[in-house]
Amino acid sequence: MPNVKTVVPYSGTEEQEARLRAVIEAHKGQPGATMPVLQAAQEIFGYLPEEVQIMVAEGLDIPLSEVYGVASFYAQFTLNPKGKYQISLCLGTACYVKGASDVLAAVEKHLGIRSGAITPDGKFSLDACRCIGACGLAPVMMINNDVYGRLTPDLVGGILEKYD
Amino acid sequence: MEQNMVTLKINDIPVTVPEGTSVLEAARSAGIKVPSLCYLKGVNEIGACRICVVEVKGAKSLVASCVYPVSEGMEVQTNTEKVRHSRQLTLELILSNHRMDCLTCARNAHCELRELAAELGIDAVRYANDELLPRIEDSAPHLVRDNSKCVLCRRCTAVCRTTQEVGVIGPNDRGFATHIGCAFDRDLAEVDCVSCGQCIVACPTGALSEKDDTAKVWAALNDPAKHVVVGPAPSVRVTLGECFGLPIGANVEGKMVTALRRLGFDRVFDVDNGADFTIMEEGAEFLERIQEGGALPMITSCSPGWIRYCEQHHPDMLPHLSTCKSPQQMFGSLVKSYYAEKMGIDPKDIVVVSVMPCTAKKYEVRREEQRMANGCMPVDVSITTRELARMIQRAGLLFDHLPEGQFDPMLGLSTGASVIFGASGGVMEAALRTVVETLTGGEMAPLEFREVRGMKGIKEAVYELPGRTVRVCAASGLHNAKMVLDGVKNGTMQYDFIEFMACPGGCINGGGQPLQPAIVRSFTDIPALRAAALYQQDEAMPIRKSHENPVLQTVYQDYLGKPGGHKAHELLHCTYVPQKRYRTENRF
Repeated sequence: MPNVKTVVPYSGTEEQEARLRAVIEAHKGQPGATMPVLQAAQEIFGYLPEEVQIMVAEGLDIPLSEVYGVASFYAQFTLNPKGKYQISLCLGTACYVKGASDVLAAVEKHLGIRSGAITPDGKFSLDACRCIGACGLAPVMMINNDVYGRLTPDLVGGILEKYD
Repeated sequence: MEQNMVTLKINDIPVTVPEGTSVLEAARSAGIKVPSLCYLKGVNEIGACRICVVEVKGAKSLVASCVYPVSEGMEVQTNTEKVRHSRQLTLELILSNHRMDCLTCARNAHCELRELAAELGIDAVRYANDELLPRIEDSAPHLVRDNSKCVLCRRCTAVCRTTQEVGVIGPNDRGFATHIGCAFDRDLAEVDCVSCGQCIVACPTGALSEKDDTAKVWAALNDPAKHVVVGPAPSVRVTLGECFGLPIGANVEGKMVTALRRLGFDRVFDVDNGADFTIMEEGAEFLERIQEGGALPMITSCSPGWIRYCEQHHPDMLPHLSTCKSPQQMFGSLVKSYYAEKMGIDPKDIVVVSVMPCTAKKYEVRREEQRMANGCMPVDVSITTRELARMIQRAGLLFDHLPEGQFDPMLGLSTGASVIFGASGGVMEAALRTVVETLTGGEMAPLEFREVRGMKGIKEAVYELPGRTVRVCAASGLHNAKMVLDGVKNGTMQYDFIEFMACPGGCINGGGQPLQPAIVRSFTDIPALRAAALYQQDEAMPIRKSHENPVLQTVYQDYLGKPGGHKAHELLHCTYVPQKRYRTENRF
């Protein structure tokens, strides 16, 4: 799944930036510094917005395209922050054969975003995930800690409307 | 230092090569062509495409010969059934995700992928995807990218990152979604691309091409109200012939002039003249800086790719840039002032077309600080060597049968000094011919400064002049420019005068020059052959110093006044300002 560009404005704090600068300083000049620095950056900011990747590129003196190439390659990195409500929709085998992809399409349509993205108001983020161990309820999705099972596309609207 | 030699057998033929050579280069040195696609000697050696696979005795599987080093006693087979089958299948899979519109593709006859398909005997593409749509990105003034034709060989990203150290493109995303693009998939026009076009000449397919501006030229030629003036750059005359099957390094100046005239241009001038003016102005500026304590080292400003790089990456060095416009822009400025006045033509009715080795010139002609006091842009359309070749073909001119022509004299008489502008070190040498003669009062001044010639990335020399030692440097390729700038900034390198060219080897190897397939690089130093033709022309010329050019003497006398004077400044100089590298509003 290609990483989707974020639409949420950057809101990093000076404290977060100072922490990242310290990490960059510690790795500067070492071969293979990009991965550990990006991992630390994601831990600090929760995701890797353009502003943060520019800090990494300038700090390590490597092209931004190289940083972005790594960030968009690995599934562990995300270009989007998590929303107030984090939706994880299971695309594991059991859910998939029970029609999870139709449910995902319904959620995407309802929120107007693709999997991996966040709504512009920061309310919902959407990710497809692997088996969450509730195959008996397939297809399943979680919104923060709430679990919804035996989903069909027409149930999606009602569920999402419960979250303000 | 003596190199260790290694002997191996390729197709049962004994081959001896230096240790560390790849199997592919070893084979080629023995006259065996191992086909390749992603391999670009010295630039991209990553074994990504698997076309160059060969059988090595004892190896578990086929190996990519472009990254497999030779070893003593190795036995290699490059042409077994297994190898041929593997290459064919790999290529079929590459073609399964390639939009094949070969007949109408800009690459057409120059496509390495198409040639490879013919060579490997692909007679059907079993997995062809007929539903691929064009994926055009044409935001930048100089380039069109169509990722539906990209084979992900990464030659473009290697040249951008390594040779140029600009690094604005790279592989984004992963797996089947992998594609070449800028960070955050921003448009090329939004990032710090310098428009050098080296990615285009590195590309084996039609995924990258220059933005074709020939339609604008045809329109001007077809408009009876327009007076259309053309001028080719110094290096174009030694490369254009390649587009018509002539050998690398053939000088086709005379035929080129005839072709331009037959295309219908009202005046065929020579940007060499602009180069001579550049020397007069830059020479005067340099003398003023050394005599009056201006910013040194002074750095040349002919290469718009270099200028943009400096503005974005080294804004602190801007005071060191010569304020001279490039030869192209000086030429255009003089056509729309001096020439227009002499001929009594309204400059607004003149269309100036330049033929350049360069894609960055397409960007330069749009730069606002180039605008003249009369409101005109000096040059209206800048086309590359390749686009001129296309126009010649379209006009049905049989290039090698054309008679030799001569430039129109008013701005068409050149010198040896201006001819060598096309090679790295040429601007420096041309400037020294004039500067040294000025400082020594003319006597005993050397004519040739061979220390700054050649294809080395960084060339240095020290000249003892009356009352002063002058330390010079000529570097080409932006990676080398960066190394020199780093050295200048940290004090390990000290110069008075530096020439930078964005493209490795200078304009003769520019991003707008004729395409040569990657395999030619295995056997030929393309830029060196082209440069040799320029130096040959220089040697044969009656006038080899810019200040002896009678055209310049007339123009300065009748019109400009003295070099570096008020009017010359107004027409031939400009200032450069820092530019942002990243378009996002950020606080760093």
